[in-house]
Amino acid sequence: MEGLGPVTLQVADDECVCLTGPSGAGKTRLLRAVADLDPHQGEVFLDGVSSLQVPAPEWRRRVALLPAESHWWGDRVGEHFAAGDIAGLQALGFEPGVVDWSVARLSSGERQRLALLRMLALAPQVLLLDEPTANLDPANIERVETLLTDYRCTHDAALLWVSHDVAQAERVAQRVLRIEQGRLAADRPGHRQ
Amino acid sequence: MIRLSAVDLAVAALLVLVLAVLGARVQRSLGSRILVAALRTTVQLLLIGLILKALFAHVHLLWMALLSMVMLLVAGREVTARQQRRFAGWWGFGMGTVSMFLSSFAVTIFALVVIIGNQPWYAPQYAIPLLGMLLGNTMNGISIAMDRLTETAWQQRGQIEARLMLGHSWEQASGALRRDAVRGGLIPIINAMSAAGLVSLPGMMTGQILAGSPPVEAVKYQILIMFLIAVGTGLGTLAAVWAASRRLFDERQRLRLDRLRAPPAER
Repeated sequence: MEGLGPVTLQVADDECVCLTGPSGAGKTRLLRAVADLDPHQGEVFLDGVSSLQVPAPEWRRRVALLPAESHWWGDRVGEHFAAGDIAGLQALGFEPGVVDWSVARLSSGERQRLALLRMLALAPQVLLLDEPTANLDPANIERVETLLTDYRCTHDAALLWVSHDVAQAERVAQRVLRIEQGRLAADRPGHRQ
Repeated sequence: MIRLSAVDLAVAALLVLVLAVLGARVQRSLGSRILVAALRTTVQLLLIGLILKALFAHVHLLWMALLSMVMLLVAGREVTARQQRRFAGWWGFGMGTVSMFLSSFAVTIFALVVIIGNQPWYAPQYAIPLLGMLLGNTMNGISIAMDRLTETAWQQRGQIEARLMLGHSWEQASGALRRDAVRGGLIPIINAMSAAGLVSLPGMMTGQILAGSPPVEAVKYQILIMFLIAVGTGLGTLAAVWAASRRLFDERQRLRLDRLRAPPAER
């Protein structure tokens, strides 16, 4: 992949690895390659099975990417969820009526939190999170961190979390990795849980 | 039928000249563009007239095939030129041209053999006008549809990729896009069929009437042509949109906008 790698990285079940690094270092591109959204040369394995052996849509449901900016194709929030009732609404501070809300009237923070729920509704095994709390106020940052940590524990999920916030990395991750100029640099242990 | 003399045409040309002068006062380049276009019409139509005259004198399948191939390639080039974001390499030209070939040639041959049934089936008096009208209309439909498809894919890449990320297949992620492109390609012929006779008198029918055909005979031919054009445009547009939307995604169902060329810079 242009300007990125070679990168070798292993994330265990029930582990959260934080990726940090300057803008343009290749964090987003790494996540997109793992989700198989961009052509790439490396190989990605989930439980020993290569991404190439799994149909692409199935792979992306299991290895889900939450991009920094969320996009919505329908007019109402509810159209973007398969099931009628959405898990985690209350945990992120929404009332059930949010399904009838118009997407155009959501704030950027609301969009970001709803995009997270939209992804979690698929019950993925791996979460690729591209700055999931970038547009949120402190109270909502805490809600999202708690929700994601709960999800990791209950689903044995592996999390790859891009964050610029060192304190956040300490809070949520077991390991913190730095990407610089497309390469993985210093590997230091984060807060163990 | 009243034959036109060179003087008759010269009088009409004088009117175009007046228009060009008026156009040049609006915008300098407009005047010269009118003149160049009028000149192209004259030369191109005279050439095709001479070619048809020769073709009528020597009816042979080989000559017909040659002329129709030239018409097809020119139409293919035109489809490519009308794309803002065309597919890079031969794909841009190839997909439009193959779709046009499949639809207009199939429909033309079907009409000649099954409906008109003259001898030989490739007689240029019927085959060339039919193919020309089908190619011209299919070309419009395909170029509108492909242009709309690639342009919308570019504008809505965020939404399309959001759906891919949520495990939607490429068909689901591009469904709205493809429907919109097909509709765009078919609207001109649907409008033409709806307005025919009320607002516009189609050119072919008017031509036949001018040449002395009984109006009802001309009308019957026009209805046939409208139907053939609708079918040809429809099939060609469907084929082109199918091929182009396949090409927008790769074997791992990734949106591959890198396969499109950037639009030419605004002048």
